[in-house]
Amino acid sequence: MIHPDHKNTPMTTLTQSVLAGDRLSLARALTQVENNTLAGQKILDALFPYTGKAHLIGITGAPGTGKSTLVNQLALSFRKLEKRVAIVAVDPSSPFTGGAVLGDRVRMRDLSGDPGVFIRSMATRGSLGGLAQATVKIVQVFDAAGYDVVIIETVGAGQSEVDVARLAHTTIVVEAPGLGDDIQAIKAGILEIADILVINKADHPGTESTEAALRNMLELSHPVQKVFRHHDQTLSLAEPNPEKNPVTQSVDLWIPPICRTVATEGKGLPALMEAIQNHLAYLHKFGDWVARDQARLFSEFDLMLQSSLLEDFRARIPAGKIEQVKNSLQNRQISPQEAVNVLLNINRL
Amino acid sequence: MTERKIRVLVAKPGLDGHDRGAKVVARALRDAGMEVIYTGLRQTPEMIAEAALQEDVDLVGLSILSGAHMALAPRILELLKANGQGNVKVFLGGIIPDEDIARLKEMGIAGIYGPGVSTEQIVSDFFLAANKVSA
Repeated sequence: MIHPDHKNTPMTTLTQSVLAGDRLSLARALTQVENNTLAGQKILDALFPYTGKAHLIGITGAPGTGKSTLVNQLALSFRKLEKRVAIVAVDPSSPFTGGAVLGDRVRMRDLSGDPGVFIRSMATRGSLGGLAQATVKIVQVFDAAGYDVVIIETVGAGQSEVDVARLAHTTIVVEAPGLGDDIQAIKAGILEIADILVINKADHPGTESTEAALRNMLELSHPVQKVFRHHDQTLSLAEPNPEKNPVTQSVDLWIPPICRTVATEGKGLPALMEAIQNHLAYLHKFGDWVARDQARLFSEFDLMLQSSLLEDFRARIPAGKIEQVKNSLQNRQISPQEAVNVLLNINRL
Repeated sequence: MTERKIRVLVAKPGLDGHDRGAKVVARALRDAGMEVIYTGLRQTPEMIAEAALQEDVDLVGLSILSGAHMALAPRILELLKANGQGNVKVFLGGIIPDEDIARLKEMGIAGIYGPGVSTEQIVSDFFLAANKVSA
């Protein structure tokens, strides 16, 4: 196949070849979009009507829990179902130099040579929520390019890197035995965003107590579960079957199942894949697919509106005025609110 | 708000298992503000070319200590070109005999680094080459 040099061709050509499945064009489009160039914005505009079909799966968890290895296994499993898989692997940028070492591919060598898989590494470039700012856009490009499943792997996340839940349809939180006690498990944050909980490295000691702690946490956050527990229906608890519930029950209740895996050996993957498929079916059945899609688009729109308005606003303020107001603020002559009002009033004149 | 970063693939083709050098270079490039995609050990030329394509890198740094550079390096250049990435500059580090250096450069390897080369030298060569790629 002959690849034209896209630098000298109109961007519409690049967009068309992305849609036609050309991998080099896809790679170059991703770069433009990640760098937020004018060309990248045009590409996104042109590709946007083709988005909205892919199942977006987020994988998050503390560093060293085995996220990349699990992503490798998940991609292999989806390939067996003949789904085309894109992987967006995010690693942190250095806050000092802006550089990054992106090492997630090291764990994904099994996927090499498969034209149905496309792996892209991203640095956070100063973003703090566990993803890069451009991750949502990169995912859109893959979606438009016809990938059935897009797996988004966050940076090794602590307790509050929860951006991925806003982006993904299905969020998988990966835990490993021995990382925390039951107090960790009831804290707000990362565990709350899980649609599926995975205890990876389940061949290590401490798996039982980790699972017990997670299960306790789930019971606290899903009181309905206790009723079921009372009737000793533990299996239907882990994977609730809404069809069996009486109609009067809250039909939109999804209780995150807990899956044990040993990702290095592929153990527990069939059960995890089943949980993912169940969640997908649940999303479609109860309208959550549409709701999440809408929430994602609207929050992206809000953020863009904010930054555009801010840019526009700054451009209309006379040069030096902002510094002047900041000076008055630092000298305690005006309060922060007054400072804002001063600038807003200038703009109204 | 556009932001362009130099993206580099650091890869170890072939069968030797010594990746300390590759890691030192990866670290130095990171500290210079580049985004370094590290592939790990025992990569085939096909795997390296595929990663270079998916990651749309500007530069590739190879570390070869096995003596197989005369087989591996040209193959990687060939694959990059076949994929439409002939503009990507490829550098090589390792134990490379003098008589091979000229031939490798003729084939299109942009720079070759033996023991004792400073990371500053590598970083400055990489910056120069990356700016040519984007020009």
